[in-house]
Formats: sequence, structure tokens, C-alpha cells
Amino acid sequence: MALGTDSAAKRRGNGKESPPSAGHNQDLLAKAYREMLLIRRFEEKAGQLYGMGLIGGFCHLYIGQEAVVVGMQMTLKEGDQVITSYRDHGHMLATGMEARGVMAELTGRIGGYSKGKGGSMHMFSREKGFYGGHGIVAAQVPLGLGLAFHNWYKENGQVALAYFGEGASNQGQVFESFNLAALLKLPCIFIIENNRYGMGTSVERASASKDLSQNGAPWGIPGEKVNGMDVLAVKEAGERAVAHCREGKGPYLLEMQTYRYRGHSMSDPAKYRTREEVQGMRENSDPIEQVRKLLLEQGRSEAELKAVDDEVKAIVQDSAEFAQSSPEPDESELWTDVVLPSPVDAQSMKMETR
Amino acid sequence: MGATILMPALSPTMTEGKLSRWLKKEGDAVKSGDVLAEIETDKATMEVEAVDEGTITKILVAEGTEGVQVNAAIAELDGGDGSAAPAGDTSTPANAQGSKPATPQQPESNATQQGGSVGQVAKAAEDHAQVAAKGAQEREGVDAQPKAPSSEPEKDWGPTKAITVREALRDAMALEMRADKDVFLMGEEVAQYQGAYKISQGLLDEFGPKRVLDMPITEYGFTGMAVGAALAGLKPIVEFMTFNFSMQAIDHIINSAAKTLYMSGGQLGSPIVFRGPNGAAARVAAQHSQDYTSWYAHVPGLKVIAPWSSADAKGLLRAAIRDPNPVVFLENEILYGQTFECPTAEDFILPIGKAKVEREGKDVTIVAYSIMVGLAMQAAEEMAKAGIEAEVINLRTIRPLDIETVLNSVKKTNRLVTVEEGWAFANVGGEVAMQVIEGAFDYLDAPPVRVAGLDVPMPYAANLEKLALPTVAQVVEAARKVTYK
Repeated sequence: MALGTDSAAKRRGNGKESPPSAGHNQDLLAKAYREMLLIRRFEEKAGQLYGMGLIGGFCHLYIGQEAVVVGMQMTLKEGDQVITSYRDHGHMLATGMEARGVMAELTGRIGGYSKGKGGSMHMFSREKGFYGGHGIVAAQVPLGLGLAFHNWYKENGQVALAYFGEGASNQGQVFESFNLAALLKLPCIFIIENNRYGMGTSVERASASKDLSQNGAPWGIPGEKVNGMDVLAVKEAGERAVAHCREGKGPYLLEMQTYRYRGHSMSDPAKYRTREEVQGMRENSDPIEQVRKLLLEQGRSEAELKAVDDEVKAIVQDSAEFAQSSPEPDESELWTDVVLPSPVDAQSMKMETR
Repeated sequence: MGATILMPALSPTMTEGKLSRWLKKEGDAVKSGDVLAEIETDKATMEVEAVDEGTITKILVAEGTEGVQVNAAIAELDGGDGSAAPAGDTSTPANAQGSKPATPQQPESNATQQGGSVGQVAKAAEDHAQVAAKGAQEREGVDAQPKAPSSEPEKDWGPTKAITVREALRDAMALEMRADKDVFLMGEEVAQYQGAYKISQGLLDEFGPKRVLDMPITEYGFTGMAVGAALAGLKPIVEFMTFNFSMQAIDHIINSAAKTLYMSGGQLGSPIVFRGPNGAAARVAAQHSQDYTSWYAHVPGLKVIAPWSSADAKGLLRAAIRDPNPVVFLENEILYGQTFECPTAEDFILPIGKAKVEREGKDVTIVAYSIMVGLAMQAAEEMAKAGIEAEVINLRTIRPLDIETVLNSVKKTNRLVTVEEGWAFANVGGEVAMQVIEGAFDYLDAPPVRVAGLDVPMPYAANLEKLALPTVAQVVEAARKVTYK
């Protein structure tokens, strides 16, 4: 299953021809470039801080997969929701969460989105529509369906995006979710980020299904295979999926063919694939390089792009400094946020004073 | 701008490693993603990739060197603009300006950092104990685990009427669904079938198919969906046909519902109720006859309720639905048809976390929950004939546990018997007894005794099933034992 290069001819989903990339709004391309670069630089910095012992435990980097989340985010409106697995830093940045808060969570500091109590795999922002960050493989799929259920119940026209890897796609609860989504016609976009390896097991060794985009077919869920290394292809497929959901036609499935350059987590020696395979993807299919080339072809100058690089580097550097200067949570935080105060407890107090 | 390349930590437990091989030499240009060197960690041989571009000006640690500490400088990089790394700059490999020197951070209480001396580990354990003790005091505060209300007399709710537990549960749901449009009921056979145990009878007619939803037999999926809906702000009531089937969904109850508030730093609560019959029914054998109370009561972030009477069922289910936390509401199939007096007041509600003294007595405290409260009451009547006055406490809520009511009683009776259907090992009675030992040891005149289900899967045969469950005679016998009568 060879991934396409940047040629526009390959940028298609389910047989539909895509409009030529030259027709795309330059500002949009520039935005995609900046967003993807921010994720790339952020993840590289996170890898560095991990190497320095400043980030503990598990740390799953999104490097290589940037086009998927950036392309999808361009199709959303305010109020739409996003949920994903533990490889989640890219999704957070794409939804507009602050780099500082994400990096400080990675270092376990009070300035992190979860006050240092969630870590790399567990961050949330209701304000930005980001519902985690979940550490149990595939649990986010029915949870994401619940977000879509909320939209259906409230009739608010919003859609929910549930991202999961091709490894998670074999979990029973994913198929249960397909059934429920189709049964209730919920506005949920299932996005399989097929980066070819579930930890060290290749997709061929894990899935008897040869075409993951058709995994929802028994339930009548339309599916598309998308070149997930091409941000414009992602955006175009995403727009079809979002329109389908907003029209009340039920769920949609997108299989994003993508690739992670780094190991499954920081402590993965990645012996299950060749160095040439990784290098080949980096050199021929890099999502950021593709957009960079397009921008240059469209007349952007090297200096303009360098300015974007510098701006992004500054944001990331600032986040790294913040993540080291923000204090560790106070010991009292150990006992907060376990349960919320109950209104009925309050009533019982009132009874006492009667 | 130059930078120093540091020995990276490549696993959560790595403190040092062997620099086995350099793949670049001095003078080589490197770009992002190039493999610089191979390092043997405590787990595997790993490749070190370059993050920044530049030229290697100096290799500081020769290949083959063992025991290279994490964060030791291993090479210097010229950042591509000709400037070498400033002397003594041991900070990040690139973009190091303004950042703090790279001191490896090894909090003493971080159990994943291995390699510390035994003394350090002991110190860490001590610190942890202190923090835990401090927290235990603080959790009496508003922000932590809610304190169980003190045992003041029950509020008088006025006139009562005899209704079944089944009716009480349905009325509670109907009242809360009328009051709040975000409350809805979902589960297997709850709508068109009117409930497998007829708890939801009439609700579909009143609230329609959007708020009373039949689910396919897919507990893992629909429980996850319900928790997701709760995270988004709705207030689902999930009915399990029995709690035995909640095992298919327990990951979402614990990992998704109970823990997300904490892991989100207080941002995302799960206002959801999981309810249905729990414990032994009759003649349905092991897979359909189990008390899950102690399983769920083990988990911080959950509230666990096990009602006995109609008033318990109605008042506590209303409180559970209004509660902003995930609540596990454990009913009992055999109680559904039993009738109890229940207040008729429109606003009748009971607070979570408050036990009820069902019967006062001076000789022995019997603590029970759910259907076993009835058994304890029968036993108390038997004992009264023999001159033993038992005080029966209906726990109502298991988490948070109203231990204060139990302690006050034990301080009076000096004796404790616990009764439950669940197996004795790590059960609720064991927890109650331990907390009594911690809080009222000097008041105890006898070791507490647990009456519990026998330590076997529930048998099907009528005679064996009867033997496996607690009996009135066993409770009486336990009370005699602790009162030495």
C-alpha cells in the first residue's frame, strides 16, 4: 500500500477528482504549513525534553502524521468536537490549545492543561472542543460517539471527530460504535489514522480486513481511503465527511494513510521496520515539505517561509521554557478534582440548620 | 548558534547507558532525523536521531563508553551559522538560549526513576506517607471527598404512602426527567418492552423515544457512548439489565467515567448514573448472581449507592441523577416487588453519603446494605426475643461511606457484625470493620464478625444456593458470638 507523493493527480478520495491545488487559497495553504510546522517543532522539542528526563513515562510523538489533523481541523466549525488516543499532542495544537499548557502538562507542572495530573496522554479543553487524550486503546471511539450523541440530542448541527489508529480499529468496541452510530444516525466522523504499525505489529499482521476504509460498510457507513500525507487531500475528504454528517445522514469513515517517523513511544527501538522505509517516507512524502514546495511554486519567498519557521520556533521555545519554569503542582492538588461537590450534599447541610 | 548534544533518556527508567556506536564523525553535516549514534539503554539498543541541523564540531564521548549518565554532553554541534557552542553551555541540543541548565529532574517520590539508593527509596516512601496523611486530613474539606453528613435525625418529610421499590425507582426517574431535559434513560429493553424488570414502565409514553432509548446488546459500546455524552454535558441514566453485564463495560465506568475529572484537572466531570439489579436473584446460577458493590466501591471518583427500601430507592436515585459525578446505583431484583412506606412530598430526596439507623439497640451494631438490611432487621427481631437489642444500620451509600454513624453506634454497643451477600474476601464488611478498628478500637469488646456469601460461585441447585447466601440464623449466631451470649 504505497503512499502517494505530492502529485495532485493522486489527491483524490473514493474516485472523485480533486480540484488542482493551484486553485486553493494561498492563505489556507500557508495556514496549513504553519500549523503542521508547529506540531513538528513541538514534537521534536518534546522528544528533546524527554531525552533530558524532563518528561516522564510514555510520550507518543505525532511526527509524520501532521497533515491528518491539520487538514481535518480546517473543515470544522466552532463547537465541533475532537477526541483521540494517547498520540494526542498534534490534535491539541490543531484545535488551538496553547503550546505552553500542553508542554507544561508533559513536564507534569501546574501550568499544564490538567494541572500536571494527566500527562502526555490525558489532556482536555472543553473550550476548544478537545475531549482527550485517552490512554485505553479504542476507548475514545464510543466516547467520541457520545459527543456525537450529544449533538444529535441537542440538535445543534455540530459534528464529532473520533480519531483512532489502525491498531485500535480491531477492538470490538469500534465495531459496536459503528453499529450504534449507524443505528441512531449520529453525526460522527470515524478517522482511522493508519500509520501502518500498532506499536511493533504491522497492519498486515493485525487486520484481516484488507481495506480499513470499508470496515464500516456492513453498517452502511460510507468510507474513503485518503492520502494522509497530503493536507489538501485530507481537507477535501474531510469536507465531504463533515457535509454528510451535518446533513443528518449519519456517520462517515475516513482511513488516513499516514506514517509515523518516530517509534511508537520514546522507548521503542523500532526494529520492526527498516531505516530505508522511514527515510523514504521522510524524503518522498513529507507532508510539510509538500506544502512548502507548493507555497514556493505559488510565489512565496524563502524569506517569508523562514519568518514562519522562526515564529513557530519561538512559540515552541517559549513553551519549553514555560514547561520548565512552571512549578510542580502543590501537594494539596493530590486531593482535588477527585469528585465534584454535590448539590444534594448542600441540601442536607441546609436540613441540619432547619 | 551552536548546541551541545546530550546523552538522552530513552526510556522511563533509564539513568545511564552505553554509547555503543557513532554513525557520524567530527566534521559531518547532520540534518533533522539523521541517526547520530546507537545507545544501549536498560531495555534495548536505540538510535539517537538529530533534532537540529548543523555540523558536528566535536565528539566528547568515544564510542564503546559505558555508564554515560543521562544529560552528559556527548557531542558539540555547530548550528549551521558557523558559531560553536559556547563553552560550558550544557543546555538543550539547540535553541538553548534562555533555558535553564539541564538538570535531570528526579523527584524523590517518582517511583519510575530507578537506580536510587535504598535510602532514597525509603525517603520517598516516607514523603509519600506524609503527603497521604496530609491529604487524608484535607479530604475532610469541601474540595476533596465529600464528608459524610453527621448523623442528625432524618428530616421529617411528612405523609407517606406504601409503594414498591419498582415504583419508587420509576417515579424518581420520571420526576428528574421532568425537571431536567438533559436527563435521559438508555439500556436494553428500557423503552418498547417497558423494562426487563418493568422499572421503566410508562416512561417511553411520557418522554418519547429520544429520551428513553432502547439499546442493542452492546454494553461496552453504549456505556462508552453514554460516558461521552456525559463528558459533553448530558446526564444519562444507563440501565444494565443486571450488573453482571456491566463487566463488559467496566473499563468505561472506571477508566473513562471515574478518572477523567482528575486527569483533566477538574475540567471534565461525568454526570452519569449506572443502575440496575445487582447481587443474587433466584436460581440463575453464578454468572447472573454476584454482588459487585465492593468492586465499584474500591474506585475513587465513583459514588456507590445500594438502597434497601422504597424511600431509599426514590430519594437516593433522585440525588444520584442530580449528582455531577458518576454514580453506580446497585438495586436488587428481589426487592423490586417489595412494598415500603415512602414520603409523598414532591421534593423528597435523600443525601448521598448518609447511613440510616433503621432500628435502635444497645447490645450490638449490625451493618448491612441493600437486601441484607431486611435480613438484619429479621435477625434483630429474633434476637430481641432472646434479650439482645441490636442496632441495625442501613449504609445506603457505600462510597462515600458514612463511617461516623457506624462509629457512633459501635461506641454505644461495643460490638460489630456486618452482613452482605458479597464474598468475604476484600468485601464491604471488611472495610467497615477495619475503619471501626481504626476509629473505635478501644470501644470494641469483641472482634468484629462478617456474615457474607460463601466463597464459591453461586450454585444453581435450590438447596445449595440457599446454603451459599447469608441467613437470619447466621446473623443471630454472629451477634451471639460478639456479645458472648
